[in-house]
Amino acid sequence: MYDKLWLIPFFPLVGSIINGLLGKKIKNEKVIGGISTVAIALSFVVSCKYFFQLLGDTDKTHESIVASWMSVGSLQVDWGFLLDPLSALMIMVVTGVGSLIHLYSIGYMHGEEGFYRFFSYLNLFCFSMLMLVLGNNALVMFVGWEGVGLCSYLLIGYYFEKKSAGDAAKKAFVVNRIGDFGFLLGLFLLFWTLGSKGVWTIQFTEIAANAHLLESGGVIVTIITLCFFLGACGKSAQIPLFTWLPDAMEGPTPVSALIHAATMVTAGVYMIGRMCGLFAMAPTTMMVVATVGAATALFAATIGLAQNDIKRVLAYSTVSQLGYMFLAMGVGAFSAGIFHLMTHAFFKACLFLGSGSVIHGMHHGYHHAHLHDDPQDMRNMGGLRKKMPITFITFLVSTIAISGIPLFSGFFSKDEILWWSFGSNRGHWSLWLLGAIAAGMTAFYMFRLVFMTFYGEQRTDARAKDHIPESPLTITIPLMVLGVLAVIGGYVGVPAILGGANHIHHYFEPVFGEAIKLNNISAHGSHATEYALMAISVGIAVFGIFLAWTMYVKNPALPGQFVAKFTGLHRVIFNKWYVDEIYDALFVNPTKRLGTFLWRGIDVRVVDGIVNGVGKLVNVGSMLLRYTQTGYVHNYAFMMVVGMLFIVGFYILR
Amino acid sequence: MITVYHYMAVSAILFSLGTFGVLTRKNAIVIFMCIELMLNSVNLTFIALSRHLGSMDGQVFVFFIMTVAAAEAAVGLALMISFYRNRESIDVDDINLLKW
Repeated sequence: MYDKLWLIPFFPLVGSIINGLLGKKIKNEKVIGGISTVAIALSFVVSCKYFFQLLGDTDKTHESIVASWMSVGSLQVDWGFLLDPLSALMIMVVTGVGSLIHLYSIGYMHGEEGFYRFFSYLNLFCFSMLMLVLGNNALVMFVGWEGVGLCSYLLIGYYFEKKSAGDAAKKAFVVNRIGDFGFLLGLFLLFWTLGSKGVWTIQFTEIAANAHLLESGGVIVTIITLCFFLGACGKSAQIPLFTWLPDAMEGPTPVSALIHAATMVTAGVYMIGRMCGLFAMAPTTMMVVATVGAATALFAATIGLAQNDIKRVLAYSTVSQLGYMFLAMGVGAFSAGIFHLMTHAFFKACLFLGSGSVIHGMHHGYHHAHLHDDPQDMRNMGGLRKKMPITFITFLVSTIAISGIPLFSGFFSKDEILWWSFGSNRGHWSLWLLGAIAAGMTAFYMFRLVFMTFYGEQRTDARAKDHIPESPLTITIPLMVLGVLAVIGGYVGVPAILGGANHIHHYFEPVFGEAIKLNNISAHGSHATEYALMAISVGIAVFGIFLAWTMYVKNPALPGQFVAKFTGLHRVIFNKWYVDEIYDALFVNPTKRLGTFLWRGIDVRVVDGIVNGVGKLVNVGSMLLRYTQTGYVHNYAFMMVVGMLFIVGFYILR
Repeated sequence: MITVYHYMAVSAILFSLGTFGVLTRKNAIVIFMCIELMLNSVNLTFIALSRHLGSMDGQVFVFFIMTVAAAEAAVGLALMISFYRNRESIDVDDINLLKW
């Protein structure tokens, strides 16, 4: 029934290999892009088949073993796939959004050098991501986990001739490495702890079935889950490891949409969902997760308020939304977290692709006028809604969705999270407050983005302003599809008090239900409270939008006055709270200095000293000894006689 | 009565003479002859002790040594001829290329 699951990651792998090996010879962009897009689209078709098959099935967990990977002692590791509601939803998101973004990239990357390289990496990424979400054991997941990290590195550094892109790629890779270290430590500890109880396994289903062997709320399970959470922090850009994500915007925009908004950065959330049984057993970790999530949501939102680069705003928005997901995971609202993951994938991918469309148009205009202005700077935009109507409408729809306005997808998922963070017995009203403030800020900076880009006077250079076209169909079709999804995506999870059936909650019941029940996680509160919270969060969002409208449409002089009044505050926020500088001072520079010391002090002086010293010693020794080699037969013969006499004398006289 | 000790003494004297010749003479042919002298003094020791101990082992060795000496003579003389053709000398002090 489910034995063809391997086809899902197989197609992108084949596409990646074909483009990677032959792309240089194929040259034709339509063929290269076509191969990649068809590969991922085929995966999407297979995913759809299994998704609907799973929906109609009574048994919700299916494993399919393809081959044995290694068998060490009592540990058996297989190349196995696991399909349950959680991974089914993830593969739908990855392949669905992935297909659209592949299609988009054909138009967006047109004419770029290394076109085939881009598509090869993009397909390889999809393969890794599908391995990550489909793996039935932690090691296969880890293969995918590292694979997506690698592809992220390759794609951020796609314009490797630019120093900033190379640096950003390295930064992403190194920061992710810290997280991966945590993931591995957690895995080792879990493996040995379960092993010492007689269960040697790394399979998710067996881990979940044997989680009761660990002491609930005990130190061990807390440490294990904290280690895993560190891994999730690295991958999903949470405090303190979030600094790489904004820099990752150096990559091409489709990459930002696929990897750094919709899929890879949600891997941490997915991983917590996969290990929900363990996390639910460790209230301390849950509290840490929720706190970090809420803090990240608010912190990143504040930075987003003052950025001028269109992609940077979206990057901080992504960090902030990921914070929401972690907040949900931390308060036990696992299904709400994954729900938000899904809706966020739709509207954030749409936003990124929309920004890509804008950048594409701006670039076109500047190229036409032979200018070298920054096509990503919102201060150069404005009034674009008439030039690019489709981009504008889809962008606006997604912005409304992310702001949490009722009837759009973001409202349902975000509200579910906020309700749980207030009403859950693992939640707290302060978490709700942080989330609600962040929601208001989200509405503000997202509408600031829309107003600065699409409304008001066009601030583009006069020579370029009339040459900004709407993007081609390969770009606008994905935008429209994602725009529609950004509206309707939320209706699978309409909460009960709004007359919905909350399908998504029931859908995830087989995955999260047991962990929630065993650990008594629940959300309580009267309907009045729930309505009130909903009204407040909508009110805050509307207020944020109103504020943005006042400042950037009605009275465009206001932001300048505001900045003049709060110069210090603005500078701190504009410079991202100086987090990068603080990290540089605390970690990066000392590490560099240590490296320099090890190089100049230890390597050059001590190690090279020893090696060169040995060489010199041999040199000097042989300089002295070579005088014994006179080249005269007599001397050698004499030596032989002396030696003989010595040996004979030794035996006689001893 | 000539005992085995006399033989040993003669052979020791011959061996020493040979050694002395190898160390002091410069003519390669003379050195070569001195080496033969040393070998034959050893042969004499073998024969004498073989007789004294009533065992044939020593005589077997003598045959080996004679065979080896014959081969050595052939190789050594060939080397010397070859050397003479190059340098027009068989003085061992002229064989000095193999040095620092």
